[in-house]
Amino acid sequence: MQHAQRPTWPHKDLLDVTQLTRAELFHLLDTAAQFHDINRRPVKKVPTLKGKSVVLFFAEPSTRTKTSFDVAGKRLSADTFSLAKSGSSLSKGESLKDTALTLQAMTPDIIVIRHSSSGAAQFLAERLDCSVVNAGDGWHAHPTQALLDCYSLRQVWGDTFEGRTLLILGDIAHSRVARSNVHLLASLGVKVRLCAPRTLLPAGVHNWPVTIFNRLDDAVQGADAVMCLRLQLERQQAGLLPDLREYAQRFCLSPRHLAMAAPGARVLHPGPMNRGLEISSVLADAPESLILDQVAAGVATRMAILFLLATRTGVEQTADTGGRA
Amino acid sequence: MTATTSPSLFLRNARLLGRMVDVAVADGRIVSVMDAGSGAAPAGAESIDARGMVLFPAFIDAHTHMREPGFEYKEDIASGLAAAAHGGFGAVLCMANTRPVNDDASITRDMIDTARRHWPHGPRLHPIGAATVGLRGTELAPLAELAEAGCVAFSNDGAPVPDTEMFRRCVEYAADQGKVVIDHCEDPYLAKGAHMNEGETSGRIGVKGQPDIGEALHVARDILLADYLKLPIHLAHISCRRSVELIAWAKQRGVPVTAETCPHYLLLTDKELLGYDTKAKVNPPLRTDDDVAALRAAVKSGVIDILATDHAPHAAHEKETPLDEAPNGITGLDTAVALTWGLVREGVLTEADLMRLWATEPGKIFGLPVNGFGVGDPADFFLLDPEEKWVVARETMHSKSLNTPFLGKELVGKVKALWLGGVKVV
Repeated sequence: MQHAQRPTWPHKDLLDVTQLTRAELFHLLDTAAQFHDINRRPVKKVPTLKGKSVVLFFAEPSTRTKTSFDVAGKRLSADTFSLAKSGSSLSKGESLKDTALTLQAMTPDIIVIRHSSSGAAQFLAERLDCSVVNAGDGWHAHPTQALLDCYSLRQVWGDTFEGRTLLILGDIAHSRVARSNVHLLASLGVKVRLCAPRTLLPAGVHNWPVTIFNRLDDAVQGADAVMCLRLQLERQQAGLLPDLREYAQRFCLSPRHLAMAAPGARVLHPGPMNRGLEISSVLADAPESLILDQVAAGVATRMAILFLLATRTGVEQTADTGGRA
Repeated sequence: MTATTSPSLFLRNARLLGRMVDVAVADGRIVSVMDAGSGAAPAGAESIDARGMVLFPAFIDAHTHMREPGFEYKEDIASGLAAAAHGGFGAVLCMANTRPVNDDASITRDMIDTARRHWPHGPRLHPIGAATVGLRGTELAPLAELAEAGCVAFSNDGAPVPDTEMFRRCVEYAADQGKVVIDHCEDPYLAKGAHMNEGETSGRIGVKGQPDIGEALHVARDILLADYLKLPIHLAHISCRRSVELIAWAKQRGVPVTAETCPHYLLLTDKELLGYDTKAKVNPPLRTDDDVAALRAAVKSGVIDILATDHAPHAAHEKETPLDEAPNGITGLDTAVALTWGLVREGVLTEADLMRLWATEPGKIFGLPVNGFGVGDPADFFLLDPEEKWVVARETMHSKSLNTPFLGKELVGKVKALWLGGVKVV
């Protein structure tokens, strides 16, 4: 990786995809691609971020995102430290501000935060000198998921996003994954469709750059990719859905639907999946599924994010050598 | 409140509704208002040159939270009344959601005593009694005792009564005491778990919102109830066009409802929350540009009768949280006059409108004396420097709490002095 002219990464934090220019996005995706190569080697570790520390502050349950960041950090030789809500002083009533300041006093380079409150990552970023990566805040944003989804689609589509059609299927209202993906992919010229029962669509969605469908059969026609979202079972308890069986009958993506999509259409899911509820089990395991590619892309993308944030001061470093400075 | 020992006063060259006047005061009352320079000062009167100042009657704030007893770390009666005095208010009504709740005459009396001890000449504190015991919405509070102790109105503000039958009984029983019930209009189901207005902004930033129809539904309920019972109901802090349209309809039919809105609903929208600013989190929530326009027209036309601050102080640490953890509330006593003076400067309202909205009409609704600058009226007035610029900050605010979205903003128009009963209070 030789980027003598590589521009300095201008952002202290990654809070949402909306902050990235097109050039920054592709620089990030290119960087991720190089890390992806490392992940396919027999020895999957580079000394790039040796001596850097990354705190994984997950105030909401998460397995895959947290593990993905953990693996990403370790492959770059950063020291990673985990803090879960149940084991933290947050569960003893400490405020988010105090937890954050306490963490900062331990001088990490990057804090990765997952939190149930929309805006929690921004709240931290406004108060901390270290970099903050949003690993999902409430219903608001999940930029690393959108970036890895974009990376996965790029592997299939190449650089031709313009004019492609992506269907996002499921609970849009409560989905940070949907919000970040709509922003990112629509900005690349992807024609984004949303399909959900009206009770799971957010307020004001008619002003989003999307086309809205309530019937899956209509929504899937000619789509180049379908992204299924996880249905949280609590939505049924909140009175937004009659029952899960009825939901599955109408909104579970099956091979029959994919047959109506464009030839070569792919299926994505951010995980964890409810097989048979939002995606049929057959489809999840089918060759059209990018689900495991997304997981691999997640590690590479998060390596790129950690790398860019940790080295943004302009110190000449490369992924291969771990820095000459 | 009498002030028979107060000195006599001669205020010269003040601007009252565009007219330059001299005002003579004796024994706490207005003696005369005459064209500036047309008469001599009464013998022995203290003479004050008010050149360059705008003269207003002391304002009434019909909706505040003084937080005492129980939440003195947010505000107490002394600090709240300091904010009121420096903000141009001579009378302040305070809601019952203290701890303990003001559902008992002893608490009412204690509030009034505390106010008199700290501010013997005013601003006067007029407690609003809880309409139901503990604000729980299930049993009538002892409204007659509360009224005797000094409550000027009743409300379940902070915990609206969802049970219409219970609410009806509150209105009826309060009417027997000659008092009005103030309703915080909110459908508890539509508002459940909400942190802001439901709309494009809430959808974009991923925060649960409450739709404006939640307010309008209960406005409609109260209008029908007031019409049916032929009894007055006052609608607190109206925030949206839908409610305004219903109130206009009610008034055309002669239904005895009155309504208030607050400066922030005339000036801000839910876009304030795009960056998750907890200082702009308030209930009812900030709405949209269209609602702001409707409310501005409504205060101008009189469909909305009065302005009130809904002064709701919270400690800094309570607001320094993610949006969904922060309590609702904006402080208002320190900024209300300057903010609404800004609307006069903008040409939205006139000086006469401010007098009507902040003094005459609230006085009528709640049965409080108002200075109309007639002979014998209470000498309650303040002077406003109409050009003075000031920045909303710790140093310029008297409330204990700083939770206002106007913090750090420059405002124009500063209260320079307040007289109540002819006594200079600040």
